[in-house]
Amino acid sequence: MKNEWPLWEIFIRGQHGMSHRHVGSLHAPDADMAIKNARDVYTRRNEGVSIWVVEAKHISATAPGEKGPLFEPSESKVYRHPTFFDIPEEVGHM
Amino acid sequence: MAVDKDKLLQFLLRIGDSTLVLSHRVSEWCGHSPILEEDIALANTALDLIGQSQMWLGYAAEVQGEGKSADDLAFLRDAWDFRNVLLTELPNGDFGRTLLRQFLFDAFQSVLMGRLIKSSDETVAGIAAKASKEVAYHVERSADTVVGLGDGTEESHKRMQQALEYLWPYVGEMFESDEVDAAMAEAGIAPDPASLREEYDALVGRVLAEATLTIPEGKFAHKGGRTGYMHTEHLGHLLAQMQWLQRAYPGCEW
Amino acid sequence: MYAQMIKTASNSVKSRDEMSPEEAAFQDKIDNDIKIEPRDWMPEDYRRTLIRQIGQHAHSEVVGQLPEGNWITRAPTLERKMILLAKVQDEAGHGLYLYSAAETLGVSRDEMVEMLHEGRMKYSSIFNYPTLNWADIGAVGWLVDGAAIVNQVALQRTSYGPYSRAMIRICKEESFHARQGYHAIMKMAFGTPEQKKMAQDAVNRLWFPAIMMFGPNDSESTHSEQSMAWKIKVKSNDELRQQFVDQTVPQIEYLGLDLPDPGIKWNEERGHYDFSDPDWSEFFNVIKGNGPCNVDRMNARVKAWEDGQWVRDGLMEHARKRATRKVAAE
Repeated sequence: MKNEWPLWEIFIRGQHGMSHRHVGSLHAPDADMAIKNARDVYTRRNEGVSIWVVEAKHISATAPGEKGPLFEPSESKVYRHPTFFDIPEEVGHM
Repeated sequence: MAVDKDKLLQFLLRIGDSTLVLSHRVSEWCGHSPILEEDIALANTALDLIGQSQMWLGYAAEVQGEGKSADDLAFLRDAWDFRNVLLTELPNGDFGRTLLRQFLFDAFQSVLMGRLIKSSDETVAGIAAKASKEVAYHVERSADTVVGLGDGTEESHKRMQQALEYLWPYVGEMFESDEVDAAMAEAGIAPDPASLREEYDALVGRVLAEATLTIPEGKFAHKGGRTGYMHTEHLGHLLAQMQWLQRAYPGCEW
Repeated sequence: MYAQMIKTASNSVKSRDEMSPEEAAFQDKIDNDIKIEPRDWMPEDYRRTLIRQIGQHAHSEVVGQLPEGNWITRAPTLERKMILLAKVQDEAGHGLYLYSAAETLGVSRDEMVEMLHEGRMKYSSIFNYPTLNWADIGAVGWLVDGAAIVNQVALQRTSYGPYSRAMIRICKEESFHARQGYHAIMKMAFGTPEQKKMAQDAVNRLWFPAIMMFGPNDSESTHSEQSMAWKIKVKSNDELRQQFVDQTVPQIEYLGLDLPDPGIKWNEERGHYDFSDPDWSEFFNVIKGNGPCNVDRMNARVKAWEDGQWVRDGLMEHARKRATRKVAAE
């Protein structure tokens, strides 16, 4: 598959984050598009203030073992948040 | 200065209907895009456009003063009441055409929103302030894609040039001026669309040149959408789909 | 589940005596809940089984966009349209996370996509059922995502680090899916008689397909033991299915809808609901390609992929040209 878009590792610094954190990977033809794709894929719920992208083949460390970052629901998309939906107590945990 | 209520309503519908109809078209791609990353990005664009429609149509309903909601305007008007520009209702075509249409619209929106944030109408200025941030990203992304595909392979270049030939005659309508626009300009609510053309041409010209695409020479412009005088045949089908549940089961809560 | 009938690459569970020192060290890690990471040594069978499982899970997310996407342009309000679009977009995102996890095992996304399109990899049986009325959208979110979450919550503890991390992220994002679905179907169940009829129709049609998602009964389920030992399967099919039924039956009752299975009864002794076994011949037929939508689903995916080829190639070619120009300029 000679034309497969390269794989990029994505690092994002959240609003209150002290440093960039690895959030995952994606495919993109180049670094600019990788940044844009990262914005669309990995900041759907939070306000990332800075994005780093590194082509996966240039990373020579082991994969990080950190837990996934916590995502704040963005204000204008409250419906992504479970508490947006009122489910009566009788129904039980959902 | 009091502005004519009906004219303000028309102005709001022109923006709100355009974003609504385009959001419908863009959302048709969900699950069918060339690659997951693009699928996700297009869904974001569609979501932003629906959100903007809610705001514009919500204000339109308020100005109309008949106790209606944004949903009522979206789902319960017939095609002749829609005021979107024709560009937005055209069928998607291939992915390149969809993205080129998006760029041609985003570029217009980015110029327009830049002016509307200074509107004398506070609500208009407020909506524009929120929308302008989204639009700034949309135009950057769609411009990049247009450049990438225009300056890509021979095939992608050919397809983009064909898309441009098809879409270009629908660009002119966005800059049409009539008495609604004159009233908005006079009241300081919105600029005369004709006054946006220079900035638009500079932006679009730069991106299309980078995309190695040639702007068609013809000056002809299809129109009739923003006045409601004559839509394309495509709008009726779009609305039949969009409004079906509300029409078939009136008065329900969903 | 989203990953059904995954054949473990090895035939039986190896005993300690049969293990090489590497295998024993590997199994020790798993037994001590230490995650396996991409560069760690792992048995080839573990790697191959994971690719199959994560890949199938990823394909399910992507094919799963289609039945719900079917209603995006017909959603009845602007808010419902946004919620649905955001949810289907999430599925694409989840597919992307999962493909990424599988890619750490040395297979590329394009390779997996090709295997799917050639029928060499599968996706969950559930997405071969149609969405026929608007209440289906509520029911899919509530029942199908609800069933998926039961499994995915368990899989957060899976032994492979990237898979576990993808699951954690997905579970976080999915918690809104089931709730939006239930919220939507609640409006229908408590709405007009026509709306209630739609809700009942959706629950009736989707109940058995939903409980089939967990895969065949444990007694029929092949190859699970090794997967359990490797902790790439954490709970058995029947355990997960029971958990789902127990949590869902009261939710159906709350809606005032008829139970979709006359066999559903509280069993005081077991402390669980009894329920009827689904028609497993239907399940195996769907898996074989004879479900109501198998052909449509695959055609839609292949078409998207093939129609998108020139776009992917075009953007890639532009990136190459840019890189060359940049080098030339320097």
